[in-house]
Amino acid sequence: MDFLTQIINGLSTGGMYALVAIGYTMVYGIAKMINFAHGEIIMVGAYIAYLVTSVLGMPMIVSVLISIAGCALLGVVTEKIAYKPLRNSSSLAVLITAIGVSYLLQNLFLILFGSAARTFPAYMPSGSLSIFGAQITYVSLLSLCLTGICTGLLLLFINKTKLGKAMRAVSEDKGAAELMGINVNTTISMTFAIGSGLGAIAGIIYGMSYSLINPYLGAMLGIKAFIAAVLGGIGSVPGAMVGGLIIGVAEAFTISYISSAFSDAVVFGILIFILLVKPAGLFGKNVREKV
Amino acid sequence: MKKKQIQQFILSFVIALVIYGALMFAMSAGILDNYWSGILIMACINVVLATSLNLASGYLGQLTLGHAGFMSVGAYVSAILSIYFQMPFIVSLIVGAIAACIIGILIGIPTLRLKGDYLCIITLAFNEIIRVIMLNLNITNGAKGLMGIPMNTDFTTGFMSVAVTIYVIYSIVKSRHGRAIISIREDETASELAGIPTAYYKILAFAISAFFAGLAGGLYAHYMGMLVPKTFDYNKSVEILVMVVLGGLGNLKGSVIAAIVMTILPEYLRAFSEYRMLLYAVVLIAAMIMKEKNVMPRIKAKFAKKRHEEVSEQ
Amino acid sequence: MSLLKTEGLGIQFGGLKAVDEFNFEIDKNQLYGLIGPNGAGKTTVFNLLTGVYKPTSGQIMFDGKSLLKMSPTQITQYGIARTFQNIRLFKDMTVLDNVKVGLHHSQNYSLLSAIVHTPKYFKGEEAMEEMALSLLRVFDLEQFAHVKASNLPYGKQRKLEIARALATSPKLLLLDEPAAGMNPTETAELMETIKIVREKFAIAILLIEHDMKLVMGICEKIAVLNFGTVLAFGTPEEIKNNPDVVAAYLGNDE
Repeated sequence: MDFLTQIINGLSTGGMYALVAIGYTMVYGIAKMINFAHGEIIMVGAYIAYLVTSVLGMPMIVSVLISIAGCALLGVVTEKIAYKPLRNSSSLAVLITAIGVSYLLQNLFLILFGSAARTFPAYMPSGSLSIFGAQITYVSLLSLCLTGICTGLLLLFINKTKLGKAMRAVSEDKGAAELMGINVNTTISMTFAIGSGLGAIAGIIYGMSYSLINPYLGAMLGIKAFIAAVLGGIGSVPGAMVGGLIIGVAEAFTISYISSAFSDAVVFGILIFILLVKPAGLFGKNVREKV
Repeated sequence: MKKKQIQQFILSFVIALVIYGALMFAMSAGILDNYWSGILIMACINVVLATSLNLASGYLGQLTLGHAGFMSVGAYVSAILSIYFQMPFIVSLIVGAIAACIIGILIGIPTLRLKGDYLCIITLAFNEIIRVIMLNLNITNGAKGLMGIPMNTDFTTGFMSVAVTIYVIYSIVKSRHGRAIISIREDETASELAGIPTAYYKILAFAISAFFAGLAGGLYAHYMGMLVPKTFDYNKSVEILVMVVLGGLGNLKGSVIAAIVMTILPEYLRAFSEYRMLLYAVVLIAAMIMKEKNVMPRIKAKFAKKRHEEVSEQ
Repeated sequence: MSLLKTEGLGIQFGGLKAVDEFNFEIDKNQLYGLIGPNGAGKTTVFNLLTGVYKPTSGQIMFDGKSLLKMSPTQITQYGIARTFQNIRLFKDMTVLDNVKVGLHHSQNYSLLSAIVHTPKYFKGEEAMEEMALSLLRVFDLEQFAHVKASNLPYGKQRKLEIARALATSPKLLLLDEPAAGMNPTETAELMETIKIVREKFAIAILLIEHDMKLVMGICEKIAVLNFGTVLAFGTPEEIKNNPDVVAAYLGNDE
């Protein structure tokens, strides 16, 4: 049952992509910008967990919580310092700043920790489970469950709570939301916090799946997750979820049936294809420019 | 107007000639050693890269992160032509640039319909795809790199390339075609509704930008004598972008100065080389925020006022 | 023969019919007004005519050709120019260059000829400069030729937008609330300019305006739009006395 194994492997990688993609999509929905630095936040998340466990010797649950909190804080601070002053400038300026932030974090960690990979703590037993003949590692299983739970909670939060409603309002029309008494700044901060927190979880899943982390890990992961977000329709949380899973499976298939050298190229091929055929993505809505 | 332009052209030509003559003299007289003349050639290559990216990002207003990809196409094509087909240096340079231009058009046609953010990611994606291809082809010798490229690039070819690049881009910018390109940056919808065929001009600017990136690649290949795909990754694209941003989007002179400074300065700051990338990042962020806060114009205005006061005191 | 004729023109956004069964005709060299309450679909009509939106039903004939298959760029080149309700100038370009962008197709020197600086290039550039300056003169903007467009005061920005539209040498000029945000003196001045422009350039003008008095004052014919359909169409006198229009504007007492 190699085929089934590949699908499940793909889904679990895809789950990680989905968690990151949700961060992109949420921030895009609210702030109408691509947070290029989101990939690096995931890297930071992985490093925090590594530090808390391997250096300070804390148990897993503590390091996960600290990592989530740290990333959320980093997300909020980034927004306040780098993006907020540019809220009314051209998308070009915002994009350049975001690239700058991404570059800053990556190189800061390169200086702090060097480019050599660090061994991520083994939070999970390395065995695997056999279901219908397919071999599933515990990590994959955990990754899938975490993705499902996080997405479910997030959707509940967005659709059922007052804060979620505020977020939806801000993404529809910032000005109108402000006039309705919604604190736009708080809402944007919260979005960055949630997106970055989910990123921390993705970073930990990455560490557990590959057991090695380095300061570059966020760059490719971030781009792939962004592609997942575009595929699902940027701005749509369920879209990001589905997009992430599709990218994960496509990648797993390429690696096992073609060659691992081309897995990145295939993912980029998907991006190019979707942008040409359906730029709004699978679940996105076409937005008309106001003239 | 015609007269003024011709005067300006002659003046620029003379200045370029003087700079060239002075540097050539300094090199032959041994004031600038081999090490420094090498840096001068790298500066020329970087100027070509920065000014050409400025056409796409500064004038057209489309942020592309694939400039290193176009550079690598030019580098590999011209190197392969020189090694395997023994083509003359200049011919291989031009063919390499044309190859980069064609790739630019092929990428541009489908992607330039997309606005802003997506284009940035998609050019980044293409950059990576090109790199993966270079890593996996036999003719490029994969990760081991292509070796034995005739080292034909000297200061004269570098300087000539700079002169041609700046001249061509400047001429375009100062024509109806250039105004069309700039209007797209300013407001694409309004540009379309002023009758500008925006798709055509986007691809045109993109293609010319890619052409000169390819030229720079060819120069680089024949300067280094060897090529590895890793040179042309995302970091290189960002480095070129930093030059453009530092010099000012849509400012050719700025690009030239920034490219030269960013080639020479790291040589003096060897001790801090690991902080270089960090500095680039800070430059990108600070430049954008300062622009938004109008810091530079205010400083300029302050200086202008001061100068004015000095004059009135006299 | 009419210059512009729409038949059953309509567009739907989702379930909403923003414009429906819009039938309208414009003759050459006439000044028309398009009025109606907020949200009646006036700007949408402009967007349909200029190809920014593709209609979901109906036909647009302009100067003997259907516009349905044309892109906004082609439509502009074919002779419809417009301004925008929320001014859209090329802000970082000079006033002169803004107009020159509009004049793009007035010269045809190639890219190569610009690079080589052929005589054709110089001639073309000189002609463009002259044309642009004379257009600016019409709007009294000549002394601001080398000022950045964003540094112009608001009223002058609106004028510049009209100059840029005229530079494309249109047969029909669409003005979207040209007097918005102007004080009464400026408005009166602008209306005079519009009349002069119509005569000088011998073009048809369709203008959207809220100020009834102003529209009544200068337009030969007026169309009243309400809920996306033409409520009334006729001379200012006819419109003034049309009970439907009065009801739409003042509310129905019955």
